[in-house]
Amino acid sequence: MGFSQARDASGVTVVKVDGQLIVGNRQELKDLVFAALDKGERRILIDFSQTGYIDSSGLGALVSISKRVREAGGELRLSGLNEDLRSLFELTKLDTLFAIAETPQQALSSF
Amino acid sequence: MTSPLRLCVRRSPAPDAEGAATLVTLRLPSDIACVEEAVELVVRHCLAGHETTRKTRFRLQVCLSEALSNAILRGNREEQDKWVDVRAELVTDEGTGFDPASVPEPIRPEQLDELGGRGLFLIRKLVDAVHFNSQGNSICMMLRRP
Repeated sequence: MGFSQARDASGVTVVKVDGQLIVGNRQELKDLVFAALDKGERRILIDFSQTGYIDSSGLGALVSISKRVREAGGELRLSGLNEDLRSLFELTKLDTLFAIAETPQQALSSF
Repeated sequence: MTSPLRLCVRRSPAPDAEGAATLVTLRLPSDIACVEEAVELVVRHCLAGHETTRKTRFRLQVCLSEALSNAILRGNREEQDKWVDVRAELVTDEGTGFDPASVPEPIRPEQLDELGGRGLFLIRKLVDAVHFNSQGNSICMMLRRP
């Protein structure tokens, strides 16, 4: 459970969310992505293929990350949302705010 | 490390008039680090022995997480001497309460960039019925199986 970070061959920072993204760990994800931005990374992919559920705090953290990436002139993609997770984005209309790909591979090729 | 959560599960041999055969009570401290474990415990014991769908489990997880984080952050303001009590689908905090009708829906285009304000909205969308007590410090969420 937690977050893992890697840099793919094309230089995209890939963060995988393993388990939940909720009130108890949202800050950890923000810190991780903000640290990557501070190091100069500008293309970020957050993958949810191994994610159980997300609460509104987790969604808020993603909005916060989105803002920071935008301010830094970077690009953010999300991927791997199953039907349940995607429904949260649709209910909150956040599917209109984020660039969401079906798979991490599709997201990587869209940068 | 000993968990600070206090769980009690009572199973009766026959369902009551409401169809409930399991009563789950849980007391947790006002610490957001406890939310994930609390959700896992309540969901596991509420659904044990019941046929359910992945969607129902998911909705229960999300709504419990919302209710608990609201109780801890907004109700109890993370004060160490305050607790949150869960009784199956009933979550009560020790805060002063709030007016649920005053919470706006966060889906207008100009609001999408807001970091917060989606918790109650998600609960209302994901459960079959939601009620607050008059003080606004207790929420009852109804989620029908499966």
